[in-house]
Amino acid sequence: MHVPDGFLDAPTSAATGVLAAGTVALALRKAREELDERTAPLAGLTAAFVFAVQMMNFPVGAGTSGHLMGGALTAVLVGPWTAVLCMTVVLLVQAVLFADGGLTALGTNVTLMGLVAVGVGYGLFRLLVAVLPRNRTGFLTAAGVGAFASVPVAALTFVLLFAAGGVADIPVGTVAATMGGIHVLIGLGEAAITVVVLGAVLAARPDLVHGAAHLRSADALLRRPEAVLPR
Amino acid sequence: MGARHGGALSARYVAGTSPVHRLPPHVKLVAVLAYALVVVATPVHAGWAPWAYAGYLVAVLAVAAVAGVRPGRLARSLVVETPFVVFALLLPFVTRGPRVEVAGLSLSESGLQTGGALLAKATLSVLAATVLAATTEPRALLRGLERLRLPAALVQILGFMIRYVDVVGGELHRMRVARESRAFDGRRRGALRVVGAAAGALFIRSYERGERVHLAMLSRGYTGRLPGGPAVAVPPRDWATGLTLPLAAAAVLATGMLLG
Repeated sequence: MHVPDGFLDAPTSAATGVLAAGTVALALRKAREELDERTAPLAGLTAAFVFAVQMMNFPVGAGTSGHLMGGALTAVLVGPWTAVLCMTVVLLVQAVLFADGGLTALGTNVTLMGLVAVGVGYGLFRLLVAVLPRNRTGFLTAAGVGAFASVPVAALTFVLLFAAGGVADIPVGTVAATMGGIHVLIGLGEAAITVVVLGAVLAARPDLVHGAAHLRSADALLRRPEAVLPR
Repeated sequence: MGARHGGALSARYVAGTSPVHRLPPHVKLVAVLAYALVVVATPVHAGWAPWAYAGYLVAVLAVAAVAGVRPGRLARSLVVETPFVVFALLLPFVTRGPRVEVAGLSLSESGLQTGGALLAKATLSVLAATVLAATTEPRALLRGLERLRLPAALVQILGFMIRYVDVVGGELHRMRVARESRAFDGRRRGALRVVGAAAGALFIRSYERGERVHLAMLSRGYTGRLPGGPAVAVPPRDWATGLTLPLAAAAVLATGMLLG
């Protein structure tokens, strides 16, 4: 879903570029609160992980496979601001070294997959965590729904951008319905993968999952005294 | 989703000593970006547009030839376009406006033009970016981006990513080998759980590696900044050489606008 050069006109590309630059500037400041001075190595390694996982093919039933976009997953794992930085860096490497996504469309791609996908995925996740039961199932449901919604919403944002600043006069309704329909299916795959990956990390190192802080504080308080009794 | 991304980062660079290889990285970045801007600025519905695309193609292929980038490499790089080729092919069917009959199908005239233009523009800038990646080491590109005033924090993150992406990718590959040597079948039910657990383990390993790298850096006196050498001044000759590609493209565009 990387937008190549020439898909959107200059004003739209410039506007999304400014929006992306602003978001990244804000994220650079806020990510220090999530990861303090460890930001550079940890965000860098997380970006390497996102990049590697996008190369991984997941079976999504019926003999088909897909790969992860990873915006919502990264946001739940390391926090939304760090996730924006990771997605930006991944998109930059893909554009400059893999010609995947145009250089002039980098702002658009960061807006779609950094800002919109991470924002919608994480926003919905936070919202649902607040209302769902505070346990593992509630956490995974919230993350799954966030990941699911992030894909079609990003796709529909692209359709909107194309309607506003695209180079073709297309019936927006039809295209939105088609793109939306396809990306609902892709979103289901994204949700399934996100839930399984988060479940695995939660089982092994719950302390690493940024979005699961509310789950682990109770656990830590209950278990520690039993473990540390040197008498 | 769509087509698979990636491959090893180190495999992107093709060592060489051509004039393109020797240009400073930030000059090359500016040149490719300027070239993409010229290509994108070409009006879609002008009658001379196809000739302009042909001119741009000749320019970028000439640079590829000078740089010694093999045609096979250029052709393979076009695979990343696949999802948007589908989109471009649909445009003639869905665009509104006057229709033309082509082989019994009623197609939109402007949709045909637009779809063709989108494909041409995307292809041209993919070719230019491929030449850039093939002639510039990832670390040199990083220095180039730093030179172009990318925020220092972002440059650091990018640096760690570039340094470790093949390590993390290698880990992923070893996991796959281990899985498949234990008779793993991706089509079986429950395969998602296995692959998902592997991805989860990969995250934990990557994150823990990040923590170790950070501690190692602290013990070597890291204070949040990476010291870099002084920026070397770039002779005007290098700028002139580097900007040949976008200037040639701009000349094609100007000719089209004046004559067309």
